[in-house]
Amino acid sequence: MQSTENKMQTEEPEWTQIIEPHGHVFDLKLKELWKYRDLIYLFVHRDFVAQYKQTILGPAWHFIQPLFTTITFTIIFGKIAQMSTDGVPPFIFYMAGIVIWTYFSGVLTATSSTFTGNAGLFGKVYFPRLAVPVAHLFSKLIAFAIQYIFFLIFLGYFIWKGAGIHPNVWVLATPVLLLMMAALGFGLGMIISALTTKYRDLTVLVGFGIQLFMYVSPIIYPLSTLPDKWRFWMGLNPVAPIIEMYRYSYLGAGSIDLAMFGVSFIVISVILLLGIIMFNKTERTFLDTV
Amino acid sequence: MPPTVIKIENLSKYYRLGLIGSGTLREDMGRWIARMRGLPDPLLKIGEKDHGNRKDGQIWALKGINLEIKQGEVLGVIGGNGAGKSTLLKILSKITAPTTGSIKIKGRIGSLLEVGTGFHPELTGRENIYLNGAILSMPRQEISAKLEEIIEFAEMSKFIDTPVKRYSSGMTVRLAFAVAAHLEPEILIIDEVLAVGDAVFQKKCLGKMGEVAQQGRTVLFVSHNMNSIKSLCTKAVLLESGILKNIGCTEGVVDSYLTKNIQEKNNTNSYPSGYIFHKDVEASNKDFDVIGLQLLDMKREPINNAVTWEPLIVRIHYAAKSEVKRGSITVLVKARDGTKLLLCSTQPDSGVPLHIYPGVNSIDCIFRKWPLTGGLFVLGIGIAVPMVEYLFLDESICIIHTEGRDIFNSGMVPVADRYLVATDHDWEL
Repeated sequence: MQSTENKMQTEEPEWTQIIEPHGHVFDLKLKELWKYRDLIYLFVHRDFVAQYKQTILGPAWHFIQPLFTTITFTIIFGKIAQMSTDGVPPFIFYMAGIVIWTYFSGVLTATSSTFTGNAGLFGKVYFPRLAVPVAHLFSKLIAFAIQYIFFLIFLGYFIWKGAGIHPNVWVLATPVLLLMMAALGFGLGMIISALTTKYRDLTVLVGFGIQLFMYVSPIIYPLSTLPDKWRFWMGLNPVAPIIEMYRYSYLGAGSIDLAMFGVSFIVISVILLLGIIMFNKTERTFLDTV
Repeated sequence: MPPTVIKIENLSKYYRLGLIGSGTLREDMGRWIARMRGLPDPLLKIGEKDHGNRKDGQIWALKGINLEIKQGEVLGVIGGNGAGKSTLLKILSKITAPTTGSIKIKGRIGSLLEVGTGFHPELTGRENIYLNGAILSMPRQEISAKLEEIIEFAEMSKFIDTPVKRYSSGMTVRLAFAVAAHLEPEILIIDEVLAVGDAVFQKKCLGKMGEVAQQGRTVLFVSHNMNSIKSLCTKAVLLESGILKNIGCTEGVVDSYLTKNIQEKNNTNSYPSGYIFHKDVEASNKDFDVIGLQLLDMKREPINNAVTWEPLIVRIHYAAKSEVKRGSITVLVKARDGTKLLLCSTQPDSGVPLHIYPGVNSIDCIFRKWPLTGGLFVLGIGIAVPMVEYLFLDESICIIHTEGRDIFNSGMVPVADRYLVATDHDWEL
């Protein structure tokens, strides 16, 4: 009798989980996310396979899109508007910007619809909600990889032609640049996804907001063409130094402004942190408001 | 005594009414600015009272639930619409957070609030098994190990590499349930998923669920089908408007739920004596209505309840606002779980012509030997143009009590818990 009672007492506190009204705002539950890594893999697989079922060109779309955008930009901004590209052939100049920008905008768009786009799924089963945007992070990374290889091929062609392109040691910073782009897209996406559960207006805003954002980022123009009085404002745009550095490392044109880079790093960290807090707050009860 | 695996303490969940739909930033800002300036909410409809801290706008979907579930229990959760069943399951499944209180859980929870969650139409059956399994937290190796078993259970081996969008809805559901059935959590939460598929497949699912329960795993089961609750659950909980009303053995809780609605509707004490149902003609606004039901013995004396194998007359008082030359009246007796036990109609079953005149009339339905055993049954009445339409139909208008009697002189009183209908019979060696 005594022993069973003791056993009961020792067994009591062994709860595997406790559900309470409020969670910790900074708790990303990464351990749990790791347990669901199969699910993340399957989401990536789903995104990739399902997207191109019943299409003729299939994954070829991944480089058709940036290719045509590049061609369009080359014609409009390069030939017609004759905007400066720091002495680099316009085609490869635009392509460099578009490839890394596409990754950012892809992550941002996909992450921002996490809650509204998956309400049906989230309403029926629990898994770490973060699995969905994290899966997007990877599937967009695969898309980026395809485009990146494509970009390298064109880069090689232009070097071979001797177009005055000088890739340099900064190329090694590419993973860092990607990570920052991912973090920014992810953070902003989480903020928007958290807000859209209440304010649907934002879903409309995302589409053309990204477009506007592209024009205030140095995609179609180099930072050097910017008047000095605007440079301060451009410095606040966390995307600007990333794109500029990316282009500098592969094309050898442009500049590296480490001060701007530092600002960008801080801004991205703040946005990511804010995104995590808002995501975690929304995650627990968004189904009541969505 | 088996250990407690789920401990729910003072669990509450409230939803705000009406405010959720109006969630645009502009409106929220307007509301916020107005509140800052001490003005009333600009978006409230005129005449509506501002509820200040909005306490009136809340609805408590769950309120102060305390519940302990032991390992190996199969707990049925029942209650009417809006009783809070789904909310409870959603909180347990971590889909939404509670407002107050806590739940402590021991063991891996698997919840099935829907079958086929996350199925992607473009993917094949096989790919969807993996995807759905992963969503339900099944590790990849486990799915691979059980893949053949799942496909076999779903009877889908021929179509497993076809995209799910080409499946019929029944096939999709079968596949989905097959995945779910092979999930092996320590605690299983199920919401009405058995209400899908054809009868044969449903039976198969019920069998599978019974198996799960026998393996000593804990199951929480929400259903409106009292038969499956009764056949599966060892214990039941009755929720009513978010409050835990009753907990105990399945039979008792299910019965109290089934009879409660009717008893609540009919405040028997206010009826004239001998009536089991009554309402004023003035209170009726229907063209055809039943305004009273009486139980009588053969001497036409009112009695309070029916008695097994005794004669019984059910007198139906009905009111009509127009004339029906070829009408019909139906008396229906159901068991508490809704099974129809007796149906007697003037037309077409008995072939008795009935001319319904405007005004209040009555008709007697005479049972020479009341066949039901002791317990509560549900009485329903219909007024119809036979084979054409019902002019009035209430399938559960009131409760009819039957007093069990030792009809076979065996010392045993037949009661509804054992069997419902008693019939005269002999044995021969």
